[in-house]
Amino acid sequence: MAAANPTQIRALIASHKRWDTIFALCGLLALMLGVLTFAALFLDMALDGGARLSWDFFTSYPSRRAGQAGILSAWVGSTLVMLTTAFFAVPLGVAAGVYLEEYAAKNWVTDIIEINITNLAGVPSIVYGLLALGLFVYQFGFGQSILSAGLTLALLILPVVIVATREAIRSIPQVIREGSYALGATQWQTVRYHILPYSSAGILTGVIIGMARAIGETAPIITIGALTFIAFLPPSPVQAEPPFLSFEWLFSPFTVMPIQMFNWTSRPEAAFLTNAAAAGFVLVFMTLAMNGLAIWLRYRLRRNLKW
Amino acid sequence: MSAVPAQTTLIATSPPGARLARRRARLIRERLIELVLFLAALVSVFTTVGIVYILVKESVAFFQHVPLVDFLTDTQWTPLFDDAHFGIMVLLSGTLTSSAVALCIAIPLGTIIAIYLAEFAPFRLREVAKPFLELLGGVPTIVYGYFALLFVTPLLQRIYPELPGFNLLSAGIVMGIMIIPYVSSISEDAMRAVPMSLREGSYAMGATRFQTAIKVVVPAAFSGIASAYILGISRAVGETMILAIAAGMQPNLTFNPLEPAATITAYIVQVALGDLPHGSIGYQTIFAAGLTLMLFTLVCNIGGHLLRKSFREAY
Repeated sequence: MAAANPTQIRALIASHKRWDTIFALCGLLALMLGVLTFAALFLDMALDGGARLSWDFFTSYPSRRAGQAGILSAWVGSTLVMLTTAFFAVPLGVAAGVYLEEYAAKNWVTDIIEINITNLAGVPSIVYGLLALGLFVYQFGFGQSILSAGLTLALLILPVVIVATREAIRSIPQVIREGSYALGATQWQTVRYHILPYSSAGILTGVIIGMARAIGETAPIITIGALTFIAFLPPSPVQAEPPFLSFEWLFSPFTVMPIQMFNWTSRPEAAFLTNAAAAGFVLVFMTLAMNGLAIWLRYRLRRNLKW
Repeated sequence: MSAVPAQTTLIATSPPGARLARRRARLIRERLIELVLFLAALVSVFTTVGIVYILVKESVAFFQHVPLVDFLTDTQWTPLFDDAHFGIMVLLSGTLTSSAVALCIAIPLGTIIAIYLAEFAPFRLREVAKPFLELLGGVPTIVYGYFALLFVTPLLQRIYPELPGFNLLSAGIVMGIMIIPYVSSISEDAMRAVPMSLREGSYAMGATRFQTAIKVVVPAAFSGIASAYILGISRAVGETMILAIAAGMQPNLTFNPLEPAATITAYIVQVALGDLPHGSIGYQTIFAAGLTLMLFTLVCNIGGHLLRKSFREAY
């Protein structure tokens, strides 16, 4: 080292600094690759299927003739399945999150539940499909119905809802709880009037992300044996005569957006591929809108919330 | 003002027995609510128990027909033919090959993006890039499958014309791009959790940003980065729709990504699309295949857990 003169040292520093620049460029390039793929995917869908996007496409049943086929039964099915999923996943996930954050004692039972949730988040979605096929479809006899699909997806997104609930609750400072207890509130009153309202935006973000995932899930729903060609709608939940509400639709056969798209993708005729692209565009648009809403909510939350 | 003393007298005059009863009712209600919440938390445990129960139950029935040795060593997978063979290796080879391709894309790119975002990128870029990557991870896999089959494969065929229409390569590449956000976001979180003092110490010794990132931050965050990789692996192994669409569903014992092949997941989809009677051997094979998949991801998860434990640096 003693022999190094200033010019050599300067050259050494410059060469090391060059690595900084090179790496920064690599990073930007890698990010750009992501952006490019995304743009290519979106444009590919829009260019291939854009021409098919019309009012008729949303109000027609699937058909043997590609030009007349639409996604009516698919989007109605998706909506009903999502309703069922939310009905089960949100109360269960929020309750589990509240229990783990506010009530659970530090013991082995809690440890097991926590390890379980981490593990479930890593289980491939198709395995949930197998669970549903064995349990809901055959053991419980729900058949290949909207109820089976909704329950399956609810179990699938349960870890997402639980984790989001826990994170939202954890960010509430301890002072809030102490203030509530000091006024004589019970634990449940504290949860009901303080913890849940203050964490609701965070929970909502998690629920939306979970639903966005559920709406695009294909594999578990194919596994329970959902039909790919459905040219009728489930019975309407609202009836003309008393009792006005009917839950027959829960046990109706159905199809959903991703399955409709899969069906069209696996056909050889080019005209059906156009339909697949159009359905894909609608699907991407829906998931993007939901994810975007969640990101925006979280951004606002971070900006507005100061304890 | 006068209402307050009035209320105090009201409470004071109510007999102690009634107060006690009220308190007991409230206590019971609190306990009931806690029980309900606990049961909700237990649903996740029941889910796991349910998965294991169903997979094992049907697999046991399957292994009564097919010896385990055949299942592990046979080199053909033709469960629906008259001359039925049940060699899971055939499907496993497809799964491993496509996962390897995906990880070759996702791990380097995901790591570079994570290091860049955690150590190099300006604040504003990071604020935009993170949600964007999240969106990339939120695109339905069926859409990625369409993209692989009808965009990436034709693109690759221009470079290499002999490439068949269904192949593991394009499915793997698209799968890799899909996994990038999972790898990058967890690795980045891990790197950002490394305390600032470590970086400052490194800078004080005259290290550049790049040297600090590679030699200080990455080793310090290694446990988190490794668990990100493991998550990526289990995503790749469990991915279904991209492979079902773009890799073909032909069982093929190969490690060549240029060939079409079925994976474990694609096989399950293929069987579910047909209508096999409940309780037949074909119906049972998908549970045996699912059990294999589940064991594979379980090993990954446990490995990740151990890795995280043994490499965790405490500050």
